[in-house]
Amino acid sequence: MSLLAVEDVTLKFGGLTAVNRLSFAVDAGEIFAIVGPNGAGKSTVFNLISRFYTPQSGALRFDGHDLLAVRSSDVAALGVARTFQNIELFDHATVLQNLLVGRHRHRRSNILSEILFTPAVRRQEVENRERVEEIIDFLDLQPYRDKMIAGLPYGVRKVVEMARALATDPRLLLLDEPASGLSVEETSDLRWWIEDIRRQMGITVLMVEHDMGLVGQVCDRVLAMADGAQLALGTPAEVQAHPAVIEAYLGHPA
Amino acid sequence: MRIVFKTDYVQDIRPWKDRYQLGLYLALLALAVAAPWLLDAFYLGELTNVLIWAVAGLGLMVLTGHTGQASLGHAAFLACGCYANIILLEAGLPFLLAFPLAGLVTGVVGALIAIPALRLHGIYLAIFTLALSILTDDIIVLSEPWTGGVSGKYAPPINLFGVMVDRWGTPAPFYWLTLAVVVLVTLGYINLLRAPLGRSFIAVRDSEVSAQAMGVDIARTKAVSFGLSCMVTGWAGALMGLFAGAFNNETFSVVISIQLLMMIVIGGLGSIHGAFLGAIVIGFLPQFLSIAKEWLAPLTGGGSVAIPGLEFGVFGMILIAFLLFEPMGLYGRWLKIRTWFELFPFYRKDMFKRQKTYLRTERLK
Amino acid sequence: MEILQLLISGLANGCVYGLIALGFVLIYKATEAVNFAQGDIMVLGAFVTIGLTNAEHMGLPFWAALPVSIALLAGFGYLVERLLIRPMFGQSQTAVVILTIALGFVIRFAVGLIWGHDPQTLQNPLAGRDLALAGLVLGLEDVAVIVVTLLLTGSLFAFFSRTRLGLAMQAASQNQLAAYYMGIPVRRVQGLVWALAGAVACIAGILFAAKGAVDPSTGLMGIKAFAAAVIGGFGSLPGALLGGLIVGVIEPFASRYIAAGYSQVVPYALLMAVLVFRPHGLFSQMRSKKV
Repeated sequence: MSLLAVEDVTLKFGGLTAVNRLSFAVDAGEIFAIVGPNGAGKSTVFNLISRFYTPQSGALRFDGHDLLAVRSSDVAALGVARTFQNIELFDHATVLQNLLVGRHRHRRSNILSEILFTPAVRRQEVENRERVEEIIDFLDLQPYRDKMIAGLPYGVRKVVEMARALATDPRLLLLDEPASGLSVEETSDLRWWIEDIRRQMGITVLMVEHDMGLVGQVCDRVLAMADGAQLALGTPAEVQAHPAVIEAYLGHPA
Repeated sequence: MRIVFKTDYVQDIRPWKDRYQLGLYLALLALAVAAPWLLDAFYLGELTNVLIWAVAGLGLMVLTGHTGQASLGHAAFLACGCYANIILLEAGLPFLLAFPLAGLVTGVVGALIAIPALRLHGIYLAIFTLALSILTDDIIVLSEPWTGGVSGKYAPPINLFGVMVDRWGTPAPFYWLTLAVVVLVTLGYINLLRAPLGRSFIAVRDSEVSAQAMGVDIARTKAVSFGLSCMVTGWAGALMGLFAGAFNNETFSVVISIQLLMMIVIGGLGSIHGAFLGAIVIGFLPQFLSIAKEWLAPLTGGGSVAIPGLEFGVFGMILIAFLLFEPMGLYGRWLKIRTWFELFPFYRKDMFKRQKTYLRTERLK
Repeated sequence: MEILQLLISGLANGCVYGLIALGFVLIYKATEAVNFAQGDIMVLGAFVTIGLTNAEHMGLPFWAALPVSIALLAGFGYLVERLLIRPMFGQSQTAVVILTIALGFVIRFAVGLIWGHDPQTLQNPLAGRDLALAGLVLGLEDVAVIVVTLLLTGSLFAFFSRTRLGLAMQAASQNQLAAYYMGIPVRRVQGLVWALAGAVACIAGILFAAKGAVDPSTGLMGIKAFAAAVIGGFGSLPGALLGGLIVGVIEPFASRYIAAGYSQVVPYALLMAVLVFRPHGLFSQMRSKKV
């Protein structure tokens, strides 16, 4: 059974159709990529899953839940975490604080117990910290733990954002252009991390990516989009060889 | 150079870094408790005033410094707390019940106002709260049966465990009462900041979209922040009313709102220290100016003539200087100095450098 | 008849609010900053003019003093941008708001120090003359205020929609970075906008001081003009004027027909209602941030 199902979804902004009758499904345990030229509606698909946008028609299902029935802030509680194309971290907080915000969906305390900082809150904080430390170890963020985000280099911020998403203990991880702006070395680190995220943590990964090298190395299946609609769906090799995809990227052959 | 070795996560969770720091703050507290024996009545009164402003500053800091919602209307909540406290006292409630209730009432009022207001972003919220603050004056006049309107109200002396506490008659107990409120509020604030709710405030301040993606309910978080902020501000207002002894519709004017916001900016947004440092500036500026005027009088040839608006003029200039040269406020300056000593001789000038970016517009396209 | 009288005096007041609101909107449109000192800059303009023309001060001829004081205030606006606003580049809107509030305090203090705290009136050729029109007796100043305001709004509107510089200012407000890439000198444009806002504030101040007395704390009226700008829609020049007129007209009618205590309340209550119920409708440019 598929973990995430996008069924015949259409989203319009005024006269512009951003997503046009799009359907696809991501199976549990899969690494799935969405590729396509700029403006194809890839990030919009993510924003639909995050419930920042509501489609005019179609259905979104995650693990048997109707995503359209929940609010944006409740999507995380279902087990969906994401990163953003233009890094959206909490700039005036430390790396550690950022990752701890990722633990927010596991909050069991209430205002009163937090103001009194009861032993239960303290235990919860230690648990949160332990989980966050595992992720810090996993992504080699130890040197940056107490650093402010505002002073970190771009590549590190990308990793912190991924770490924050992992701190929520998601079942589905949405990565919006994880390799953009990264150096060759950082990209190859990323490749191993994505594979480990699936293998060690058992998390399904859905990503938007332009780097076809990375996509070919780690992804099981690829969806190619153009103008908000599906062009091709299949293994990376199949999609790369698909005539419609070649046409979308290179233009119509003379 | 001082290095702290960490061996346990609890070390990061507890509010102090090491024994040295804990000792420092305990010494400060001891000094504060002993103040009535060290200061004369005038300076004790001034210190009480500073502490009351600090409570108000802590209240606004929750909302503006940590949740990123600027309010230009917190004098309205000072007024709310002040009047609620006095009205409850006059209704015969003991102070120990009336005072907490005054804060709670203000908090609930604040949270209710927040529900429509927090749909507004940035400056629109500032405008909304500014209008609220201006309206407060009229609302107090219009609801004269409760508030006494233009003629105002007098604060009755309060009975605390059999001791009559009055700002003029018994300045020391009143000071201790204020200090107790300050300490309790500060401890609650520290706890909040190391717990999930405090972090969600910071998350909302720095990036609403990703806070939402992490499962933080933006509207609810903002309303809670507004409510907590108003509750603490209400307590500050109640203390202000008792401290002033008499007040009316003009006591909590829009100028107080603005002064409060400026105070926490000077102190340093986003830090508890900032509220205290700002309160010290606000509290002692008039004294400082009158001393400076006496010093300058022989030079300028004029006597000690009162210059109207001088305080605000100087205050405005200080604020402008801070915004231009030290946007992190007094606390930011202190952090730099401290880091310089801690890292000596390895401090680099650009350690606290901010990235200058093009304005991230809050409008879409 | 009484209603018409009230309407005219309300409109004249509203025009002054509208002119201050124009200053807010000009700066907001071009720099996305909100200048809370606009009311105080207006007072500064009024006092500079009074200082130049009034007999007890320098006593220059009225018509010669006008361009001088307008130019002075334009220069002041430019300097404020250059010395205070530009270094704030990259900081939040709220920081700029606080800065301008502080600037307002400083201006109020300086004005009081230089010209004193007593209310003063601008001596002008129109003072005390009435215009009888179809049974209505109108103060010539009121008429002048309305005419000048309409002319000024019209020419500013034309400036923004027709001239190259005006379009450049608009572009800089829509997207600083893109405007920069397109070769618009964003920083210089912003300086010019502040200069323009200073000049407009000066004209508002002159009109206000000609109609009635000003004192240093008159600048607080800027808050009312601010309400006008918001009510009219923050992004548009005609909207600002309209908002000013609405606030100006509501005031005398509210104090005439509703209980006296409420007349002060109405503009702010209206402002809050507009902010809460029409936050998107009136600010067409406000939408959620793109991710």
